[in-house]
Amino acid sequence: MRKRTARVRRRPRANRLGLSARDYRGKPSTLCKGCGHDAISSQLIRAFFESDIRPHQVAKLSGIGCSSKTPAYFLGQSHGFNSVHGRMPSVATGAMLANRKLIAVGVSGDGDTASIGIGQFVHLVRRNVPLIYIVENNGVYGLTKGQFSATADENAKLRSGEVNRLPNIDLCGMAVELGATYVARSFAGDPKQLVALLRGALAHSGTAVLDILSPCVTFNNHPGSTKSYTWGKDNEEPIHLLDFVPEFEQIEVEYEEGQSRDVQLHDGSWIRLRKLDQDYDPTNRRAARELMLDAQENNRFLTGLLYVDPDKPTFLDTLEMTDTPLAHLEESRLRPPPEALDRIVASYQ
Amino acid sequence: MSNSSALAEAASPEVRERPIVNDLTIQVATVNGSGSQSSNLVLLRSLFRMGIPVGGKNLFPSNIAGLPTWFTIRANRDGWVARRRRVDYLVALNPQTAARDVRGLEPGAVVVYQAGMRLERQRDDLVFYPAPLQDLAGEITREVRLRKLLANMVYVGVLGELLSIAPEAVDASIAAQFRGKKTAIALNHRAVRIGARYVRENLRKRDPHTVAPMDRNEGKILIDGNAAAALGAMFGGASVATWYPITPSSSLVEQLEKFLRRHRREEDGKSTFAVVQAEDELAAVGMALAAGWAGARAMTATSGPGISLMSEFVGLGYYAEIPAVIWNIQRVGPSTGLPTRTAQGDVLSTYALSHGDTRHVCLLPASTAECFEFGWRAFDYAERLQTPVFVLSDLDLGMNIWATDPFQYPDRPMDRGKVLTAEDLRRTGSFQRYADVDGDGIPWRTLPGTDHPAAAYFTRGSGHDESAEYTESEEAYVRVMERLARKFETARSILPEPVIHAADPPSEIGIIGFGTSDPAIEEARVTLREQAGIEVDYLRLRALPLSPRVLDFVAGRRTVVVMDQNRDAQLLQLLRAEFGDRLPAGVLKSLRHFNGLPLDARTVSDFIAAMDLGVGA
Repeated sequence: MRKRTARVRRRPRANRLGLSARDYRGKPSTLCKGCGHDAISSQLIRAFFESDIRPHQVAKLSGIGCSSKTPAYFLGQSHGFNSVHGRMPSVATGAMLANRKLIAVGVSGDGDTASIGIGQFVHLVRRNVPLIYIVENNGVYGLTKGQFSATADENAKLRSGEVNRLPNIDLCGMAVELGATYVARSFAGDPKQLVALLRGALAHSGTAVLDILSPCVTFNNHPGSTKSYTWGKDNEEPIHLLDFVPEFEQIEVEYEEGQSRDVQLHDGSWIRLRKLDQDYDPTNRRAARELMLDAQENNRFLTGLLYVDPDKPTFLDTLEMTDTPLAHLEESRLRPPPEALDRIVASYQ
Repeated sequence: MSNSSALAEAASPEVRERPIVNDLTIQVATVNGSGSQSSNLVLLRSLFRMGIPVGGKNLFPSNIAGLPTWFTIRANRDGWVARRRRVDYLVALNPQTAARDVRGLEPGAVVVYQAGMRLERQRDDLVFYPAPLQDLAGEITREVRLRKLLANMVYVGVLGELLSIAPEAVDASIAAQFRGKKTAIALNHRAVRIGARYVRENLRKRDPHTVAPMDRNEGKILIDGNAAAALGAMFGGASVATWYPITPSSSLVEQLEKFLRRHRREEDGKSTFAVVQAEDELAAVGMALAAGWAGARAMTATSGPGISLMSEFVGLGYYAEIPAVIWNIQRVGPSTGLPTRTAQGDVLSTYALSHGDTRHVCLLPASTAECFEFGWRAFDYAERLQTPVFVLSDLDLGMNIWATDPFQYPDRPMDRGKVLTAEDLRRTGSFQRYADVDGDGIPWRTLPGTDHPAAAYFTRGSGHDESAEYTESEEAYVRVMERLARKFETARSILPEPVIHAADPPSEIGIIGFGTSDPAIEEARVTLREQAGIEVDYLRLRALPLSPRVLDFVAGRRTVVVMDQNRDAQLLQLLRAEFGDRLPAGVLKSLRHFNGLPLDARTVSDFIAAMDLGVGA
């Protein structure tokens, strides 16, 4: 059973930067009416607005597919890069190497990530590149008109009646296995949870993988589908209730002992996890793997923050680069002086 | 001499009895993984230190240990260092190949070998110098592995004595080779002396070859092309290098990282670079392009198979107009091909890499000096032209050792291209990413992170208009593609011009080539002039797209040979495709060399001498 504390909150018109939500919008979406991806774009707009992110600091990266089109539909004042199929991770990595001050958000789909791009996904996660990696997961290839993807559940049915006989790839389970430092599963139909997870991802330093069930209203929203809105609503089992508490806000509301857990993220903000049926510790990697195995074996749609390790160094930390983004280095710091060339040449004599 | 007869290689011995000084090819036939590389380098450096022009080529297998390897050193008083077919001195250390190696020698050649291999029974027209290399090394140590290694240095001593290589040059080369390792230096010195002593006490010199000090290497250095490229990249301000290991390009980024660690760390120990070994070539080029997109001087290095994998991303780089530098150290294809042999087989595939209409700037270095120069210039071209820039080197240039004058420090500041800053935008208010405001086909760009609301644009490989908006409009598509073609014409006008050597008045015969064909062509020109009275003018390409000067060079000549180190005459095809009817009919003649070995001068001189030139010799 889901229990939710109803909290009516007035949306501020301007954030602490003095920007309005309008400043975080993008072009009008060209996706199908009701597409889960558009719901996710809306929550991205809200999360960036509420977290007071300066749009120009953001780089939006994507691969190919319906999901990968969406960076055009949010944060219009941020640079975007719609690259090639399955290769968003390398593009995100390269951009962050050049400019470590960027805030990178990558949008991918289940085809883009779990099939053609699985190798790059694996290595991005392994490296812990600072990136919010969103998988808009609908179990089908939309742009090519509805073929199964590798995240489609076993025995799920296409509209045509075709049945998927292969097991699904669980991207969250895989991410934890690979050493991911922020792994969450969510649902486009659960905006409150989603925005908290997105804000948590923004406060996290390394790779944040968000696998979001995002129904395809055209090709995979029928009875028999395990990626439809109805299926999602009927089957979502949040493992906890989530609140994001920014670093500058005091945690005021007190909960009874044992009723909640607070996880402090890299930038000082908190994620407050309120206990539901069981007390789940998302910092316990072993427990996370067990939970996800259980979810996969029993076809449970568990959502929430599955795993978090706020302190692991990012890929950029391991490279020991100078604080100035490499892209901003002036010539005197990039080109060693003539004496250096003389010395090197002498060593070859 | 008649035109059809084979010409001798330059400065070859006419009379065997007279001493032949400083004109020598040594080939060491061994097994890879046996540790002979240090000895070969000592031999090479010793000749270099004596002031004799010298070059070293390693013919090695795609294997870690146990397969045949041949290291060839050519010393030549006139400066010719192209591969030479004839071997004067064979050091036969590999029993697997010894019989074949000996069979391939020309009469009068010398064989130095492990006593007991009984190679002397094979032929009676060679000079045989057996030496118990292993036993001699056994005088120093009984430890098996070390003895094997030192046996390699014993043959350096044997050769040194037979050829009169200056002992102080050998000693200094050993010291340089084993820099700082006192015990190793002492052991190797001893091995060399033992080898030399053996010759003095047991062998009688029966061949005419000898070396003598010259002064041709004053100020010069010995370096491989990949190291030179890496240095060029570092002095070009390379800040992001992403790569995936592949022969023969791996040593480029490995050496780059070594240089960067030494010269691009700041006082606080922090780096002004990032070198990332990617999971494959797709990721390597994806990272490089994105880093270029975000404003870094980004590069990758690979070879043929990697180029094939990079194809899709490179098309994106072309169409979305993103700077990055891609080194292609060519090896023999197709497919895995001969991974440790050299070729110029990727001219067409690299030039037009990716689907749709694509054309790429390719720089064509012919020497280590040009590897250095193009190493830094490539970044300027990439950022100026906002496009991937390729540098087409090859295994022969990249992995072999060449003598060169010291490299010239860049003579101009970096060209970071057309980048608008936030300040620029505050003045102009807006910008269009893909508008040709200057008429040169090159648009302006902004970098991610630029603090201005109008700075952002959306980069995509799908159809876009001048504002970088998605469009499927046929007019916008054609406009963008036409502008890209215009940009390519701008590229044509700023890239390095061909180097032309022409007689006055110009000869009726010319040759066009590029890259590592250069030393063989230059040597062949002299041979043809001196031995057959044939003057051959020479145009060496240094970049693609082709310079219009190629047309001027071809015009008015009877025959122009187009030199290709590939089967399909790719350069010739490219000339025909680009210049079409503007080329006079029947003038271009293809000369192809594609057996995986570096080009030798005789292949060129024999071909030209055998042509029906209609001129007397």
